[in-house]
Amino acid sequence: MTKIVEVGPAGYMPTSAPAMGVELAPEGSALLYGNTVTPEEAMRDAAIALLTRKNPTIFPGPQVLWDWKEDVAEKSAAILDLASEIPNCKIIPMPDYRPKYPKIDVKAEINPNHPNLTILDNRIEACIFVGVHCHYANLTLRMIRAGTNCYTVALCAYMGHEEAMASIRDLHASDIAKFKEIVIEERNKLGIKWETTLPPENPSLPKEDNSTLSPADYGEYRSLIMTKKGEHITDAE
Amino acid sequence: MSLAYITPSERFKKYLPKDYVELIDFGPFGKTQEEAGPGNMGQFKELMEEHPMCSGCWMAYYIRLIFAALPCPEETVTIGTAGCGRLAISQAAVPFIYGNYGDQNAMASGLTRAFRLRFPDKTKDVLTIAGDGGTMDIGFSMTMHSWIRGERFTTIMLDNEVYGNTGGQSSGMSPKGAVLKMAPMGKDFEKMPATDLAKAAGCVYIVRMSPTNIKQAAKVIRRAIFVAREVGPTFIHAYTSCNIEYSIPTEDVFADAIELGKGRFKFDEYMTDEAKIVIERVEGEEKVARKARKAAKVAAAEAVN
Repeated sequence: MTKIVEVGPAGYMPTSAPAMGVELAPEGSALLYGNTVTPEEAMRDAAIALLTRKNPTIFPGPQVLWDWKEDVAEKSAAILDLASEIPNCKIIPMPDYRPKYPKIDVKAEINPNHPNLTILDNRIEACIFVGVHCHYANLTLRMIRAGTNCYTVALCAYMGHEEAMASIRDLHASDIAKFKEIVIEERNKLGIKWETTLPPENPSLPKEDNSTLSPADYGEYRSLIMTKKGEHITDAE
Repeated sequence: MSLAYITPSERFKKYLPKDYVELIDFGPFGKTQEEAGPGNMGQFKELMEEHPMCSGCWMAYYIRLIFAALPCPEETVTIGTAGCGRLAISQAAVPFIYGNYGDQNAMASGLTRAFRLRFPDKTKDVLTIAGDGGTMDIGFSMTMHSWIRGERFTTIMLDNEVYGNTGGQSSGMSPKGAVLKMAPMGKDFEKMPATDLAKAAGCVYIVRMSPTNIKQAAKVIRRAIFVAREVGPTFIHAYTSCNIEYSIPTEDVFADAIELGKGRFKFDEYMTDEAKIVIERVEGEEKVARKARKAAKVAAAEAVN
């Protein structure tokens, strides 16, 4: 198989996959390095990458993070089941697409506008994008191919993505479960010992009780908060 | 675009970043203004917190206030355009659409119409929030035509009287004689009569103000949104100084806003009879609901005792 879409870094502004002649896979098929293959073939290659490359990570997007549709619960459960079968897999979410200033917390989240920051900081060499809206997934996948050596897998509920190394289309929870079985099979073939373990929780999660938050908790930034009636802040900047 | 969009799927909540968990637990979504509104800013997780604006930026404060005053943030979409404001608006936890070079009101026209077709049983609020350049200069034709067509959404003009984002060119809204970095001889022409233009174009609720009074500013924002839902286009012309281009020391920004509030930004509220009926009805309903909540709270406290 000729690899048309390869693991990067392809360099700044790489030729897009469609410009290299890659077309979306027809229904019932998948894409692997830009070639149309069977979904199982693509899943098997993706599974090997996730099992053998460093710091495998799943990036769930808004479509599976938020409970906006009936099938979300089933899909998110399947994703967590899959994650628990990949040794040392992490979950770094992409909860929405707004830009983050002054800077993104790369350990806690990934943003489609600068995905390289999260991938390079965490030294991620294999990742899965699932539940990211297609227009942002396309943007992100191309940026990752341009600037990192990360193997990308796109699990898409619609037509798939040319920019990913492996792209599965028309994804349902049952397909994720099938992917999980393939991961287990390949893991056993490679002789990797692993007990089913859920990924660690988000590192940014709060330890303190915010229900008692008051302006005093803002420290030096307190002056930026509006004063209450009758309150007079003397030490404003 | 609905409460479902900020409800995490059961098993993923512990994988969400802190910011989002706080927004879910302590944010204003689905809450009343007493629980999470301008009156208690700083005590709940706000929709816009960090921003890249200059120190002392009055616009950043006003944008923060706009988001705190939204009657239904989970059903709101904001549209902005090039300028300082969109830097802050775009990172609020409310869907934001970036309009190219002043076409925000044209986009909002299409969006509000589409919402009414797609969600006939829901109330979706659309706000365009843009600077004086985006609203009255570059986007002038699209702003005027949206008003003339009677499009039902709210236009908020953040008037800092200068192109602050591009180095200090004079805008149509700069006052006559204003000396700016890129207008060193002083501006030759009068400031555009934005509220008069809005009135002539058919806006049904128009306010010009310097938003120094939080309660009043929030009330105006809410009124404009309520009227836009039912009657027609609404317009808020707010003074949001550029302390960099007008060389206002940070500590004097508030005093400057107070001063202009007495001058060319003196509070002026215009509403049509139809708009007045809506405002009186909605505010009456809110008052009744507030009283009922208070009574329920007292009853609950008494029951505990």
